[in-house]
Amino acid sequence: MAAMTGIPIWAQLINLLAAVLLLLAFAMLSQRRVLSLINLFAAQGFALACSTAIVAWATGQTHLYGSAALTLLLKVALLPWLLHRLVRKLDVRWDVEGLLNIPTTMLVGIVLVVFAFNLAAPIEQLASTITRSTLGIAMACVMLAFLMMITRRKAIPQVIGFLAMENGLFFAATSATYGMPMVVELGIALDVLVAMLILGVFFFQIREQFDSLDLKHLEKLKESE
Amino acid sequence: MIETLAVLGLPLAGALLLSLIGERAMASRLNVAVSLLTWLSSLALAARVIRDGPLLVVDRLFFIDSFNVFLVALTAFVGFTTAIFSRPYMQIERDHGRLTPSRLRLYHSMYQVFIFTMLLVLLSNNMGILWVALEAATLATVLLVSLYRTPASLEAAWKYFILCGVGIAQALFGTILLYFAAEKVLGAGGGALLWTELNGVKAELEPTVLSLAFVFLLVGYGTKVGLVPLHNWLPDAHAEGPTPVSAVLSGLLLNVALYAVIRCKVLVEGSLQTAFARELLMGFGLVSVVVAAFLLSRQKDVKRLFAYSSIEHMGIITFAFGMGGPIANFAGLLHMTVHSLTKSAIFFAVGHAAQKTGTQLIDGIRGLITVSPLIGWGLALGSLAILGMPPFGVFASEFLILTSAMREHPWATPFLLLSLGVAFAAVFSKVQPMVFGDATAARLPHRPAMTPVFVHLGLVLMLGIWIPPFLADWYRQAAKLIG
Repeated sequence: MAAMTGIPIWAQLINLLAAVLLLLAFAMLSQRRVLSLINLFAAQGFALACSTAIVAWATGQTHLYGSAALTLLLKVALLPWLLHRLVRKLDVRWDVEGLLNIPTTMLVGIVLVVFAFNLAAPIEQLASTITRSTLGIAMACVMLAFLMMITRRKAIPQVIGFLAMENGLFFAATSATYGMPMVVELGIALDVLVAMLILGVFFFQIREQFDSLDLKHLEKLKESE
Repeated sequence: MIETLAVLGLPLAGALLLSLIGERAMASRLNVAVSLLTWLSSLALAARVIRDGPLLVVDRLFFIDSFNVFLVALTAFVGFTTAIFSRPYMQIERDHGRLTPSRLRLYHSMYQVFIFTMLLVLLSNNMGILWVALEAATLATVLLVSLYRTPASLEAAWKYFILCGVGIAQALFGTILLYFAAEKVLGAGGGALLWTELNGVKAELEPTVLSLAFVFLLVGYGTKVGLVPLHNWLPDAHAEGPTPVSAVLSGLLLNVALYAVIRCKVLVEGSLQTAFARELLMGFGLVSVVVAAFLLSRQKDVKRLFAYSSIEHMGIITFAFGMGGPIANFAGLLHMTVHSLTKSAIFFAVGHAAQKTGTQLIDGIRGLITVSPLIGWGLALGSLAILGMPPFGVFASEFLILTSAMREHPWATPFLLLSLGVAFAAVFSKVQPMVFGDATAARLPHRPAMTPVFVHLGLVLMLGIWIPPFLADWYRQAAKLIG
């Protein structure tokens, strides 16, 4: 613990929140129930907003406060609310992902984290930001979300995976560069929101056609028919 | 400045207006009118660039040089002709009961949104805004692909959304890395993502970061270009969406995504001073050409057939830019233009042919030339043009690409020649009975719009014989810029 005393409190907090983010990414990877998944996503958004705010406070980068507020508004309030409404309306609240081999997924996830840390190592050395050590974690979050999208067979968890990937990317932007320019961040947030709304409409169409949100119905278009 | 704003503002205003007035008889006419105005203002913009050279307007937010000006004009032009084509086409679809008025309303407004986002990608100087616009283009087309609400179209749209969503997320990471490298040289803030600024300091950007960024950007935007192995969404989206959408996807969106890749390539190459980016482009391009050519012969659906042909041609263009040098780049730019014109013409003809016979299956479409000579000739000539027959423009660009490949990368020539031969055999053997076999087609309730097909083919023919001097100038300047 002697080594830790040299590190200021906010840096420790950021590292702690980064660890929380990674933990939540793993939790999402292994969560079978849709409702819990949405809550985990909201929690991840909250951790992201907190860490962004702390970086803003520690570095005096005021535009990061805006970014943190945007995250809080979009990823903690609006998107989870939309998702909750959606699962209530579609009546899939108690949906459970059946075909999911959790131990294997977790092992693959660990390998991905190691890979992400290796990939981030050369960039971290170049970064001058105080948060650079968390870049590897950000990349790991992106990859875990990606893994989640691949392993899920239902529509809503896939979309949550997509949104979680966006979370990881935002975190990467904060840790490598103190966030993208505000106009770009606003554009990204708008795109995410519109994507969510379109997907909401889309879910109803899929349900209408197939009577379920199981994506196994969506595997008809193949090369050799 | 006023031209730039008109080019962007008109489709946006059109989208709003079309979503407000709903589906009336005038909606499709309004769609054509807005597209025409957009095209005219893009011509005004082109005229200004001819007169004044590259433009940097609205606080450096938009940048127009010889590389994107012809793409802007091309996008607006194909957007206009597709709007003309889609008038009778969509009316027939509605008469056949495949579309309701509310979906036509969605179609018209999303069509304009789509054109707007593509023009924004082309004009934006900010690499972040470029990303946002390209993502918005995906979102607009997801709704267009699923317009029929059939199980197959929903599946195609879902696949399209998920694959391109993941792809474009990779591109966002690439953009973050680009900003990370740029911020060290240019300082934080909006200026560090402006392409013109980045281009000025590209030699100082950190090579390690940029090479990693380019991998992510290429994979991300490459998904939208339809490069193998990231191409899975493309045939489905083309086959299941309405034909005007297939035409603009193939003719415009693929070009626009490739444009994004090339802008990034210029920066990366300037920083790395190695052939890394070129080799990646050449590799992806060549694999796309070969794989798509061999998949062509297995297609049973005519729109899927031409979707694979689009993958093949995007592969050829990517390969050309990968080779680099003034001749290959010139050929790549020319090929972008003629492929866009030819492929959209083919989709127009195919769309009406499918409506006449009531099927998209190649086996069900027979003897177009006896029932409807115009559609038959349109499809036959379009196919010959896309297969690279002289004197069409595709021949000129493919010839230039092949000869530069022979000179600079002889190892690639057999692969290219073999693929072109296989593609020729596959497409020709499938199109020939569709045009000349025993007739299966019926009459259509509305007159098909065949003018756009022949206008496009006429332009492709012209580009094969004579390239207007100002266009050749743009190509040459852009080829030099691309390096």
